[in-house]
Amino acid sequence: MFPRLVYESFRRQTRRKLLAGMAITLGVAVATAMIAVATDIGDKISRELRSYGANLLVTPQEDTLDVEIGGVNLKPPSDGAFLNEADLPKIHGTFWHHNIVGFSPMLPVPVKAGSGSDAKDATLVGTYFNKLLSFGKDDFTTGVRITHPWWKVQGAWPDDNSQNVLLGEHLAAKLAKKPGDSIDVSGHRLAISGILSTGAAEDDQIVAPLAVAQDMLGKPGAVRRVYVSALTKPEDALARRDPKTMTPEMYDRWYCSPYVQSIAYQLQEAIPHSHAEQIRQVAQNEGTVLARIKGLMLLVTLAALFASALAVSAAMATAIFERRREVGLMKALGAGNFTVAAIFFAEAMLLALIGGIAGFAAGSFLARQIGRSIFNSQISIEPVLFPIILAIAVFVTFAGSAVAIRRAIELDPVFALRGEA
Amino acid sequence: MSTLPSAVHTPRQVAERRTKGTHTSMFVRMLIRAAVLRRGRAASALLAMVVAAAVATAMMNLYVDVQAKLRTEFRNYGANVVVVAKEGQALPANTLASVESVLGSKALAVLFSYAVARTKDGQSVVVVGTDFNRARQLNRWWGVSHWPVSANEALVGMRAAGLVSPDRKPFELTFQGKAVQLATAGLLQTGAGEDSRIYIDQSEFQGWTGVTPTTLEIAVNGSLDEIQQAMKQLAAALPDVDVRPIRQIMEGEAKVLNKTRATLYASATLIVLTASLCVLATLIGWVFDRRRDFAIMKALGASERLVNGFFAAEAAVLGVVGAIFGFFVGIGVAAWIGRVNFHAPVIPRFSVFPYVLAGSVAVALISAILPIALLRRVEPAVILRGE
Repeated sequence: MFPRLVYESFRRQTRRKLLAGMAITLGVAVATAMIAVATDIGDKISRELRSYGANLLVTPQEDTLDVEIGGVNLKPPSDGAFLNEADLPKIHGTFWHHNIVGFSPMLPVPVKAGSGSDAKDATLVGTYFNKLLSFGKDDFTTGVRITHPWWKVQGAWPDDNSQNVLLGEHLAAKLAKKPGDSIDVSGHRLAISGILSTGAAEDDQIVAPLAVAQDMLGKPGAVRRVYVSALTKPEDALARRDPKTMTPEMYDRWYCSPYVQSIAYQLQEAIPHSHAEQIRQVAQNEGTVLARIKGLMLLVTLAALFASALAVSAAMATAIFERRREVGLMKALGAGNFTVAAIFFAEAMLLALIGGIAGFAAGSFLARQIGRSIFNSQISIEPVLFPIILAIAVFVTFAGSAVAIRRAIELDPVFALRGEA
Repeated sequence: MSTLPSAVHTPRQVAERRTKGTHTSMFVRMLIRAAVLRRGRAASALLAMVVAAAVATAMMNLYVDVQAKLRTEFRNYGANVVVVAKEGQALPANTLASVESVLGSKALAVLFSYAVARTKDGQSVVVVGTDFNRARQLNRWWGVSHWPVSANEALVGMRAAGLVSPDRKPFELTFQGKAVQLATAGLLQTGAGEDSRIYIDQSEFQGWTGVTPTTLEIAVNGSLDEIQQAMKQLAAALPDVDVRPIRQIMEGEAKVLNKTRATLYASATLIVLTASLCVLATLIGWVFDRRRDFAIMKALGASERLVNGFFAAEAAVLGVVGAIFGFFVGIGVAAWIGRVNFHAPVIPRFSVFPYVLAGSVAVALISAILPIALLRRVEPAVILRGE
């Protein structure tokens, strides 16, 4: 009899059930989408924050001081130490290489730009633009197009294996050069493939493939510094500790967390005779911005959960309130309070399950759409979210129905049947 | 007794009394009685309305305010505009003053001047003159062990310290034959070029080297448009210098801010939609539940217009009351979120109130009209028989 009552209730009151079911589905869908977005937003924003560029700088351990004002190097060119270009692919072999978005080596060389008496002192910087490297069996590309996303080129980016260069926009204006021209740089004739605008020192420099700069300096394989752009975890008390003072367990935990400090440590391990340091302007601010945005989304998600819980409760209360005549009839026919409540709760449970499943599917789709349209990447839905969402849906539906069910049961059947409730 | 109208009951007099009597008072009475007698149901409908209006208000307030809040966070990245002297020249002496008069309080500007000095053993090191109080506000990411306070104290970059004063003793620098004694106040760590430099106070620097400032770094507050506007004003006010954007900072900020705003917008839309649908469902149920009232009114001869007007007025009152309460609750929620997350309250924006009000009334009206349109087709007798 019990299952039949529930079944008939669904069969005969399709409209009401549909309304309540839709409210649950919608509530669950919004909750699922918001939870998925909120849990993934840290990762997504942290990727967006990479548009600030590299957060780590690798320099030779025994380097002399930089004597540089406004991008002009005043140090003798061959002075100081260098890193070895051949060591760079090893960055891809570090523990956190999945978190390393890209890296660019830099080799500044003082040169004379232009020919004859117009020649100007300038700096030529050798780097990777979008260089194909391989480490073990992995092939990957890296360079300034990844680590310096604000660099804009009018014309074409040079090929890493060519003799083509980019000319900084201020230098280009001074020398009256445009893309397609060629330029004499300390006796080498190089083709200008594009004009570079960065809003920084590079606007007065020449940017060339690394091999060209090494050739000009006469030091094959030399690299002055490497900019590394890595996805990191915001710094906490453990991150700031000196690894030398840690217990072995602490050290393991520190080493296996993507702190900017532990990635720097691993870079030093990977590249011989190197010193890796966080670029504080980028690395330090990342954490606060990330924390603010994550906190904001968490609070907004709470508001969404609250709103959907209320929507579900309201719909359930309305659905039950409408049926007090039915309750009166059942009670007049001798049904006990427990039986009546059981029927309603069974119906609520069924609705919650169906609505929960449909809502989870709709919410996952919604989250995916948000991820694709805003971040151009998938928002992954953790499978563990499914039972949690379902449990929340059942709980909220029960809680929303409870008051209405109690009031329906407490009503005297006589009044209920006369419609005087 | 003859003056009492109730004593006379000829049909004509009754009809006369009815036409003279105020329909409006009956109308208002019906509205009030409906709210008082069915206060449980009316309260739950009102609650749904208030929650929806509150959530909508909070989301709209946040959406507008969060950008301003996040921008102040982004200003921790430091300068986004730089003013540099044309090649081979120094900045005109009034540069800082004219920048401040153009931009006023929405910008923080710091002068920097550079020179290459020599240590006792002949090594070159870059010395920078600046205003420490301002530099401290501008470059909050600088890791500084101790800021210089007294004269002849210097802030020494991490790597420069190894060269000039590994034991943190006072050291001597010479510039074009002029020597100066400096004490290490603290070490500076940034992970970038600053680590190789020595920072001293601007006036001391000028007295020692005679070199005037060449760079003015400015952190301009505001949206991308406002910053570009500020740059145009600067370029017009200072024709002899170059005003350049620091694209790394400006573009990074614009990107992250856009994504955050879009996410917030999507979330706000979803939440407001859910809340409105919740109201819609509750109100439809409420009106549908009162089909007996509707039938009785019709059976007693009320015109279609009167019945529709009654339910519409009821819904409108609910919408207005809900919007007013919801607005204040929503402002409170937004302020709370601002305080918890940004440690600064979100400023209440009364400009969103008309939207919340219009939206609430519209939703309430829709949810009243939908069931009425359905019920209109049904004979009152059928409804009254409970079928």
